Amino acid sequence: MIAEIWNWLSDSAHWHGPDGVPIHLREHLQYSLIALLIAAAIALPLGLLIGHTGRGSFVVVAIANSFRALPTVGLLTFFVILIAPHIHSTGTATYLIPSEIVLVLLAIPSMLTNTYAGISAVDPAVRDAARGMGMRGSQTLWQVELPNALPLIFSGIRSSFLQVIATATITAYVSLGGLGRYLIDGLAQQDYPQMASGAVLVAVLALLIDVLLAAVQRYAVSRGITGRYSRKRIVDPAEQQAMIAAAPLT
Amino acid sequence: MIDYYRQNSDQINGWLGWHARLSALPLLFGLLIALPLGWLARRYRWLYPPVVTVAGLLYTIPSLALFILLPGLLKTRILDPTNVVVALTVYTVALLVRVVADALGSVSEDVLQAATAMGYRRLGRLLKVELPIAVPVIAAGLRVAAVSNVSLVSVAALIGVPELGQLFTNGFQLSYQTPILLGILLSVLLALAFDSVIQLVARVLTPWRRAVPR
Amino acid sequence: MIRFDSVSKHYPDGTVAVDSLDLVAPSGQITVFVGPSGCGKTTSLRMINRMIEPTSGSIWLDDQDTSRIATHELRRQIGYVIQHAGLFPHRTIVDNIATVPLLLGWDRNKARARGRELLERVGLPAHFAERYPAQLSGGQQQRVGVARALAADPPVMLMDEPFSAVDPIARDQLQEEFLRLQNELGKTIVFVTHDIDEAIKLGDQVAVLRVGGRLAQLATPAQLLSEPADAFVAAFVGRDRGYRALGFTPVGELATHDEPTIAMGSALTGAEAADGWLLAVDDQGAPQGWLRLADSRPGADTTVTEDLLHRGGTVAGADASLRAVLDACLSSPSGRGVIVDEAGRLAGTVTASEVLALIERRAPADPNPQPVGGGGQ
Repeated sequence: MIAEIWNWLSDSAHWHGPDGVPIHLREHLQYSLIALLIAAAIALPLGLLIGHTGRGSFVVVAIANSFRALPTVGLLTFFVILIAPHIHSTGTATYLIPSEIVLVLLAIPSMLTNTYAGISAVDPAVRDAARGMGMRGSQTLWQVELPNALPLIFSGIRSSFLQVIATATITAYVSLGGLGRYLIDGLAQQDYPQMASGAVLVAVLALLIDVLLAAVQRYAVSRGITGRYSRKRIVDPAEQQAMIAAAPLT
Repeated sequence: MIDYYRQNSDQINGWLGWHARLSALPLLFGLLIALPLGWLARRYRWLYPPVVTVAGLLYTIPSLALFILLPGLLKTRILDPTNVVVALTVYTVALLVRVVADALGSVSEDVLQAATAMGYRRLGRLLKVELPIAVPVIAAGLRVAAVSNVSLVSVAALIGVPELGQLFTNGFQLSYQTPILLGILLSVLLALAFDSVIQLVARVLTPWRRAVPR
Repeated sequence: MIRFDSVSKHYPDGTVAVDSLDLVAPSGQITVFVGPSGCGKTTSLRMINRMIEPTSGSIWLDDQDTSRIATHELRRQIGYVIQHAGLFPHRTIVDNIATVPLLLGWDRNKARARGRELLERVGLPAHFAERYPAQLSGGQQQRVGVARALAADPPVMLMDEPFSAVDPIARDQLQEEFLRLQNELGKTIVFVTHDIDEAIKLGDQVAVLRVGGRLAQLATPAQLLSEPADAFVAAFVGRDRGYRALGFTPVGELATHDEPTIAMGSALTGAEAADGWLLAVDDQGAPQGWLRLADSRPGADTTVTEDLLHRGGTVAGADASLRAVLDACLSSPSGRGVIVDEAGRLAGTVTASEVLALIERRAPADPNPQPVGGGGQ
């Protein structure tokens, strides 16, 4: 199997032309990034707001719980059938728009719940001190709550990204491009090396992006919080929750 | 939707049954593997970081990719449901091993010392004290794994494994919403059923949590 | 000066946290709010910087009505120290201390320089500046909390149980240093504690509050011990209050006896003592401990060494309180209390019965006029 994958991947024909790896990789990243940015633009401010004010946390819980139970493939096929006939366009937009909607919907919960959990898990004494020293609400949010919530926010972004990368693979089934093409086409053509190579590419992509984000996180989060000094490991309930929230859906 | 179900009830019930089995078996296997593994990661501290890291890496593999890579590794056929069970077991273990390790670690030192002082040996203390106290957290992890498994199983329909995901692929090919909505509904109901069963079991196992503090 | 003008705090559920409180916390003094949980002491404190808004009444900061100052501006001129310090985990120690100066718009370098200066002031080593709160012990974090509150040099400080989460030894040390710091700075301080001993030790005046948020007594620590206003205060102040009240009475003129001494390192041969106890002193004349001749007879050429000394006794200065002098007598193995001068040299000894005679002459009145003193007996 490894030899088959190696042969497929080292065949230069698979790295050129409209069906080449670079094109599909670019498509895959494009679908994922668009969805992630839109989702972040919705989820992060909402999570900050709900966490800071403490109002509307039931929204977060409701969204997180209901979305987890929805099957991704069902959601994707449903939206394509629902929306595609109404888009009168040539090219991929017909399938791209419904797919992006699903990707955005799937990317929101992790970021929203983690941002909310991160903000609300800030030690009440710390928040009290910030207020008592005369910080305004916005100063408390940006200077104190956000920096302390960063580890959880990052893990939310990471699991959302993974979710989107994984689901973007499935969009090949509804006629889009991306690395998922090799999996779906390989299956149709009974071409296992192609399928397996595509699967390896997707897995490597997901892994690289996660490692990259982990590196950014390490750089962005204060050493005082990452506790590279901390003497004891404490199980933080919020972290526990965030870790559970990171379970794969796709 | 009800009409559609009536007309195809045999087939749909069959898919539902498969779906339930393909979601449940990995939960069972996953728990059986994660319990000792999580305990080890707790008992030997140096094991914790690598275990958590590997678990995190396994998470990053998209399910469709894993469904396709496993036949090559296990020498099974692509359509073999074993692939789905193994793949979901991998995810379940990846999720639960950290939950188990952290849950066991969250039992307070006072309780542990008291148990030791009363003469529990290591195994007795684990089974009679630490595990029961860790049940609620482990159950929370299991519930997440269960709901996520139910959703993941339907991905396997793309490679032709018979389960509720077939309703999605069929509906998509026919541009017909009804089977898709029915599939989503049944899938959500199945997830809810798993969720309720786990909650119920956890409740039975932890009678002290129902005691109202006065 | 902080003035409470019939301040009340009622909650919608009917709870009365503070009930028409009238009180003045004088400038440059430490006013301690003390009472059981639910007495509204923390609520009262937090109403000063408007972390909690009073339901009625007003609180004045000198001649300013606090309700007319924007909350964030009010708070920036009031130092605030809380129980668990509440340090920002993501900021280094020096940046934590510099928080309020930065909020006030100071230049970053100036703010950090001030941070370093205060770090030293509260007795922490300079290299702590670049550490993070997680690297410090609870007591150290609390020092940083005090430094942070002092950073912008506010005239007023609010301290909400600042030392109650640290261990007793660290607490004692923090209290001593806090008093030393206050001696230098002379801030107007409101201090909340549930520990009556801490209140008596730190307060210039102590406000005892009872459940339901009513002021039971406002008095100096000495008055509180000698004249509790009612049974509740008497019970709260607790047992031994007669003895503890002696801590606030200076001993005044004290007639001491000359005490025969023996120098450290000198030979024991020929040494005599009426009752067998000899006081050893060093070359400056500072008492080192008591020596029992009976213990050290065997070798005729024995000299006075450290390990022969009984060190149980306490030593009282000439200006000490009656309590300190009495304690010196009671703890001395010879029964004679050692009194020293300002330089720590031996001034003489007194006996417990002499101190008691002094107490009887000084305080003819019963120090505890409430015979139904609740748990006090």
